Amino acid sequence: MFTEFGAARGRTKWSLRTAFRLQGAQRDEAKWGLLFLSPWLIGFSLFYFTPMIVSFVFSLYDFTLSAPEEARFVGLENWVRMLAQDPKTWETLYVTFKFALISLPIGMVSAFLLAVLLNSKHLMGRNVMRTLFYAPTMVPLIAAILIWSRVLNPHTGWLNQLIEITGIQATGINGLRWLDDPNLIYLAYTFIGLWGIGNAILINLASLQGVPTEMYEAASIDGAGWLRQLWSITVPMVTPVIFYNLVLSVVGLLQYFIVPWVLNLGSGYPEGSTNFYMIYFYKQAFTFQNMGYGATLAWFMFIIGLAITIFLFWSGRFWVYYAGENR
Amino acid sequence: MMKNKNYNEYELSKRRRDLLLQAAVTLFALVILAVYLMPMAYGVITSLKTKTQTSDPGAPILPAEAITFEYEGDSYDVLQVPTESGIHNWALVKKGRRASEFVNPANPEAGLIAWEGNWRRLEPVREFAVQWDNYPRAWQTIDFARLLANTLMYAFVTMIGTVAASSCAAYGFARFNFPFKNLLFMIMIGTIVLPPAVTLVPTYAFFVNVLGWGGTWLPLIVPAMFGNAYNIFLLRQYFLTIPREMEEAAQIDGAGRVRTFVSVILPQAVPALTAVSLFHFFFAWNDFFGPLIYLAGNRSANPITVGLTEFNGLYSSETQLILAAAVISMIPPLLIFFLAQRVFIQGIVVTGVDK
Repeated sequence: MFTEFGAARGRTKWSLRTAFRLQGAQRDEAKWGLLFLSPWLIGFSLFYFTPMIVSFVFSLYDFTLSAPEEARFVGLENWVRMLAQDPKTWETLYVTFKFALISLPIGMVSAFLLAVLLNSKHLMGRNVMRTLFYAPTMVPLIAAILIWSRVLNPHTGWLNQLIEITGIQATGINGLRWLDDPNLIYLAYTFIGLWGIGNAILINLASLQGVPTEMYEAASIDGAGWLRQLWSITVPMVTPVIFYNLVLSVVGLLQYFIVPWVLNLGSGYPEGSTNFYMIYFYKQAFTFQNMGYGATLAWFMFIIGLAITIFLFWSGRFWVYYAGENR
Repeated sequence: MMKNKNYNEYELSKRRRDLLLQAAVTLFALVILAVYLMPMAYGVITSLKTKTQTSDPGAPILPAEAITFEYEGDSYDVLQVPTESGIHNWALVKKGRRASEFVNPANPEAGLIAWEGNWRRLEPVREFAVQWDNYPRAWQTIDFARLLANTLMYAFVTMIGTVAASSCAAYGFARFNFPFKNLLFMIMIGTIVLPPAVTLVPTYAFFVNVLGWGGTWLPLIVPAMFGNAYNIFLLRQYFLTIPREMEEAAQIDGAGRVRTFVSVILPQAVPALTAVSLFHFFFAWNDFFGPLIYLAGNRSANPITVGLTEFNGLYSSETQLILAAAVISMIPPLLIFFLAQRVFIQGIVVTGVDK
């Protein structure tokens, strides 16, 4: 998918040697192109490229913001501490991945199935339905968290009262204590996350609309039922979109911060189950102002994210289907 | 003849089956939708209740208040009292463990009525009462006007900057050939998946320690002035669909590059520019992490997100006020979304499907 980004209208093959030997109209065009690009080029070098390098340099120093003059070079000490001595690194990574493994599949499958529902030709009022299903995504995350934290209240919240209608004991002391029970907390956070899947639904939906109807007609003549068609036609056809959502979600989940922060100020409640990696990074870098160690944690996050992204791109060759591409 | 009749029957049964399927699918969608939107209804309804109701598991779903009755200068709760002649709504005047004394609000002259039983088991009589007052109270307690002013300032200033810079860069990518264009484009897309944390520590140290911008909005405004990869990508996709002939015509008429961009390209790209502006507005309205770290120590500069979070920490027992504030904060984005949804949805689809 991202490989196609390269198709940025390049007719000439550039190399360092030719780049500085442009003449006449070509030179003029290059000059104007770079001029138009300059806001981004400057922004990129100032706020992406340089800080990334400096961040790595920071990771080699013991450096506290309150006493910058006492900074001293410690080599790989921060890295050794992070990887071998600090149990918090792996604990918080474990928490982050455990949550990701619960919330990612639920979020992605829900987005896909809701898109299938909203694409159904049997659904009445499709446009209104689509708008309404998208609406929660527009609710600011903080407002959503504050509302959900009350909806999930074991006694007065509507979720447990709704569950009780089905006959399951949910309220009361032995009920479902969503935000207090380490076994339920990830599910509770996943619910809050489900209010943000609108974009994933829309992208899935757009991709579903691109599936040629002849494929379904042919399949139904061959006797394939609804479920079989869903699995053998729809799912493969939307794998590029699933892939795109997956990459963005993984990167987003590595930085999971706001929900646990708003609900418990990063205390890890209950029983340390919400000590996410980003929370730990925040505490080291900004609460304790350990710039050196904070930068190390951030770089490690970058490395993990990069590794996962590369793995996803590699694995994508085996399960992502691109129409019109020879495999 | 026979054949025709069969055909009609087939048609009829197919139509009946379609109608049934339609009803079933729609009903199913409505049930899911009801569950999905339930917290929103909860938020709005609970924000209109009294504090005691929000913490009472037995309270009715809709906002309602227990009725009281004034009797001889004091006010008493009105309860539903079962007697041999049916249930009466009487005010509880004298509480007793086994027996209590009530007065009939409809006929207080009749004096006290003795009743045997435990009054604690009796349900209070409630009447529908909406606490509109929660909204102005929440607005004032949280000083919403100041939060709103801060948020809007941030949103609009950065919106203008990022849209201007992004459209320039997008035009560069869409129309010009220059060295390492593909490489630069890939790098730009790569910044979308780059965790912001990796650049954050030195940036923070620089802004706060070197420039002394801690507690101000500058560290959040300045970087936004250089565009953003998402917006550049979306605008580039749109610029590519604009036919080149128009620009060529303008150039023949003697317009320079900048002039062509401003007077030919930008007016044609209004839908894309609107989409990008909206995305940025929603981003700014929701931005939490940046303001949290850079504005620390300067509460008067807080945006809505940080203000709401602090409010939640300080007044966590005032559920109705917190929910009222939350509802206020979601009205502008929802309103804008409902009004501009077509442009908005198109933008999301372009970034997601065009790759």
